Amino acid sequence: MSSLITKVRLRQIESLLEKGKRLDGRGLMDTREIKIEQGLIEKAEGSARVLLGKTEVIVGVKIETGEPFPDTPKEGVMTVNAELVPLASPTFEPGPPDESSIELARVVDRGIRESHAVDTEKLCIEEGKKVFVVFVDVYVLNHDGNLIDASAIAAMAALMNTKMPNYEIKDGELKIKQGYTPLPMKSHPITVTIGKIGGKLLVDPWLEEEAVMDSRITFATNEDGNICAIQKGLSGFFTPQQILEASKIALDKAAELRKKLNW
Amino acid sequence: MNEKPDKLIDKKGLRGDGRKADELRPVKLQVGVLPNADGSAYIEHGKNKILAGAFGPREMHPKHLAQADRMVLRCRYHMAPFSVPERKSPAPSRREVELSKVIKESLEPALFLELYPRTGVDVFVEVLQADGGTRCASITAAALAIADAGVPMRDLVVACAAGKVDDTVVVDLYDAEDKLGAADVPVAYMPNLNAVTLLQMDGILSPDEFEKAVNMAMEGCKKIYALQKEALKTKYMVVKEAEE
Repeated sequence: MSSLITKVRLRQIESLLEKGKRLDGRGLMDTREIKIEQGLIEKAEGSARVLLGKTEVIVGVKIETGEPFPDTPKEGVMTVNAELVPLASPTFEPGPPDESSIELARVVDRGIRESHAVDTEKLCIEEGKKVFVVFVDVYVLNHDGNLIDASAIAAMAALMNTKMPNYEIKDGELKIKQGYTPLPMKSHPITVTIGKIGGKLLVDPWLEEEAVMDSRITFATNEDGNICAIQKGLSGFFTPQQILEASKIALDKAAELRKKLNW
Repeated sequence: MNEKPDKLIDKKGLRGDGRKADELRPVKLQVGVLPNADGSAYIEHGKNKILAGAFGPREMHPKHLAQADRMVLRCRYHMAPFSVPERKSPAPSRREVELSKVIKESLEPALFLELYPRTGVDVFVEVLQADGGTRCASITAAALAIADAGVPMRDLVVACAAGKVDDTVVVDLYDAEDKLGAADVPVAYMPNLNAVTLLQMDGILSPDEFEKAVNMAMEGCKKIYALQKEALKTKYMVVKEAEE
């Protein structure tokens, strides 16, 4: 049944795209309005809520101490986890993370990690033994499409809002002191996802478009205009020309957003 | 423990394993290696050793996963515990779950899913030894396994990575380059259809370097594609000779 609806919708969406229009009235290259609210969870070291149209994501950052990875003894650890909580969509089910939430978490993680957004070297307490571990937890609260961009922006906004506990080391013991300092950051990547429907590229696909989309491609770009992470998804393909076109769109859109957000 | 060499590329422009920037590692492909699978393939891509087995089209298990209007392709990418220097737990890691998904999505565009409603095809990929670029080698082998199972395909899917090592864009990164290099761009490609079915990247590349890397990876794909077709033909030529 759902596939029948999908086929009718696909025809409708495709014929609109031919005229350069979309179901929700946007142009092909228009993103939905973004609203960011930071610091709404007082118990977390950092938090942010992002509304991308009706897609809503909340990200909380918790900081604990732990051991570094053996291959990076001088660096703190950052991990991203994503929960597609069942209240966000009738298609989300409770249970351990499935491949969609793992992919979401790993794409968000890759953008932040590869652009060296968090200065992990400054999170080292004692080389090889003790470092700060930054847990970035993405919580999707309403699914209206393009969870990747909403989550990536929310994760960055939450990290920028994160306060590290002040500490000192006395006789090899870690002592937490009064007060906080901001989490050391080196870069501010912006993630832009482009969908492909019937050979046409469009930015920030929403739920109805995602249901009929051939494929998507996500670019994370930094302030120097370089690309730091890419993920192609879904069962369709891109021609090499479309990929280059998409990369240009992503860089343009990211620059536009960077100006607006002042990142 | 993890001492980074100053240079991964020497003054003559040769890489750690003696290759030039645009040179692939040796690739060996063999089709029909698993008697119990409907289709199978084995790839040796440099030091990567990977087996792929395909089953189907067959009835879906569990049945509720069957789709009324199309075939369902399932993929499992799995690394053997002994495939890497430090033993890897056999439980699927988050990386393996993600790779299974992107490998599946890289193969789907090659299949006529809508012609086989209610059926399923399962592809199992076992990495026996890993040395960088396993997702690409897995895709190359998995596509051959599906073809060997007799599932009609629009084209074979072939994959190869490119990346940046020191300041040079190079093709087909091996483990050390993957870990210590500046960027890695795996690409899966259907040469006859000029369609890119997988593209990922990590690291930092300028838009120009990115374009160069994608082109270089696609060139690599085309070279492996020739070997892929050869391997598929070889299996059936051997059968014919045996009958005579």
